[in-house]
Amino acid sequence: MNREEVLKLAKLARIGISDDEAETLSHEFEAILNYVGEIKEAKLKTGKMEKPILRNVMRDDANPHESGIHTEALLDSAPEREGQFLKVKKIL
Amino acid sequence: MIDLQSLTIAKAREALKKGDFTSREITEASLNAIKEKDGEIHAFLEVFADMALGMADEADKKIKQGVDLPLLGIPVALKDNILVKGQKAGAGSKILENYIATYDATVVQKLYEAGAVIIGRTNCDEFAMGSSTENSAYGPTRNPLDTSRVPGGSSGGSAAAVAAGMVLGAYGSDTGGSIRQPAAFTGIVGMKPTYGRVSRSGLIAMASSLDQIGPFAKTVEDAEILYKAVAGQDPLDSTTVAPTAFPDHGQASGHSREKQSGLTIGVPRDFFEGKLDKEVAENFEQAVKKFESLGYKIKDIELPHLKYSLAVYYILMPAEVSSNLARFDGVKYGLHVDGDNSIDDYFKTRGAGFGREVRRRVILGTYVLSSGYYDAYYGQAVAMKDAITTEVRKAFDDVDLILTPTTPTPAFRFGEKSDPLSMYLADIFTVPGNISGTPSISIPSGFSGKLPLGVLLTACHGEEEVLFKAAEQFENAS
Repeated sequence: MNREEVLKLAKLARIGISDDEAETLSHEFEAILNYVGEIKEAKLKTGKMEKPILRNVMRDDANPHESGIHTEALLDSAPEREGQFLKVKKIL
Repeated sequence: MIDLQSLTIAKAREALKKGDFTSREITEASLNAIKEKDGEIHAFLEVFADMALGMADEADKKIKQGVDLPLLGIPVALKDNILVKGQKAGAGSKILENYIATYDATVVQKLYEAGAVIIGRTNCDEFAMGSSTENSAYGPTRNPLDTSRVPGGSSGGSAAAVAAGMVLGAYGSDTGGSIRQPAAFTGIVGMKPTYGRVSRSGLIAMASSLDQIGPFAKTVEDAEILYKAVAGQDPLDSTTVAPTAFPDHGQASGHSREKQSGLTIGVPRDFFEGKLDKEVAENFEQAVKKFESLGYKIKDIELPHLKYSLAVYYILMPAEVSSNLARFDGVKYGLHVDGDNSIDDYFKTRGAGFGREVRRRVILGTYVLSSGYYDAYYGQAVAMKDAITTEVRKAFDDVDLILTPTTPTPAFRFGEKSDPLSMYLADIFTVPGNISGTPSISIPSGFSGKLPLGVLLTACHGEEEVLFKAAEQFENAS
């Protein structure tokens, strides 16, 4: 993996990193991928999986809480708000 | 004068009931111990002194009324990734600096119901990513037994707070060993429950298919009290299961689990041989002998897939991290760094708010999930996780418990593992418990010089009872 590839991945992950960090990361990733890559060659002796214990859980669409009781607490956490809205820069 | 260093939760509960001291007195003793010791140790990011004293007074009222609850009046600490409504919670990260939790984690609600006194939030590696607390954005925690060394991680603050006698118990989260490894490094008991036993509602997520909340304590009995107080099915975490959910596995060895007699302990030697410090290897053999003298049968077992656990972990975990941490966008909560436009806000906020290890794992996760590499890494890792789980469950047809060392070495020095891969290898023996979802406990097994060592006991899914009983017998024989 080279520096350009790391910068592209960082962009996809929406993380701004310096060229120096990308360079260092490219070497670290080589070592890590070399280590985890051993599973690519591993022969899987897959037995039959047991029936999983976990299953999908859906909440009943009933008993809603009173509208608006959490609004203030949640909006208060936002870095920027305008009235009852989160404020962000324009997209278009 | 209450000496928290020697006091256990079980003894403190008796003393509180008898009126030897009050919850306020023990809570003040805890706050004083923190004041006295934490300047050097740095186990706590914040102490909730007023809230704790209020909770202690409430507890004292209840004790007077004759109310009996498992943790009534007992001071405990929480890792900084567990939400307490109205208090700051930051997961050791700058991106959540000054974030105030808007709801209680389910474990916190259960702690309220159990009467516990919540003393404060403890330091940890940022977003629980690390094995030393060196990745905390707020500076590392020091090991109380040797302050030139790390306490382990990621729940190093919780471990150090208990080991230094600042609180009687603490909670952490364990995704790849983050409870058990620091417990071993600080000479205490640390336990990761079966995946699905404890609700993660209100735990800041790292890798959701692996995360589990569990206790730190000085004794196995205390760890069990702390575990039972928070375990149980929760509608707010769909991965939690009913207590009876775990199917019985074959009991070929014909033992009696109820009486804990004639049980067999499997030792997967091929998995750890050649990976241990000399003193760790010697200490482990002593532990095996001790279990033998307690009447346990020891059996060498082979688990050929187990060696792939850490590789599986460093594919699945970053993949889930990259997804879970997408929510930190500088819009809904936490840090916001202004950029030229909307997308630049993301780059700047996440670039500045996440520390180096977090950036590394998010980007690595993005790679293993990217088209073209997905099947080779993520797809194969998921298949291997299933193979490991099947293999481990099958092993429990013949044995009741599995024993390994908790860590390859005792606590290391600050800065010793600057290369990320060498740090990752610190979790090599604890990670299989997360990959297979089995309950697992680290118990003190002696010392290498003045540094504590631990052994790791693992049981089949849902068999916490067997685990605690065996661990307690080992502890009593020490």
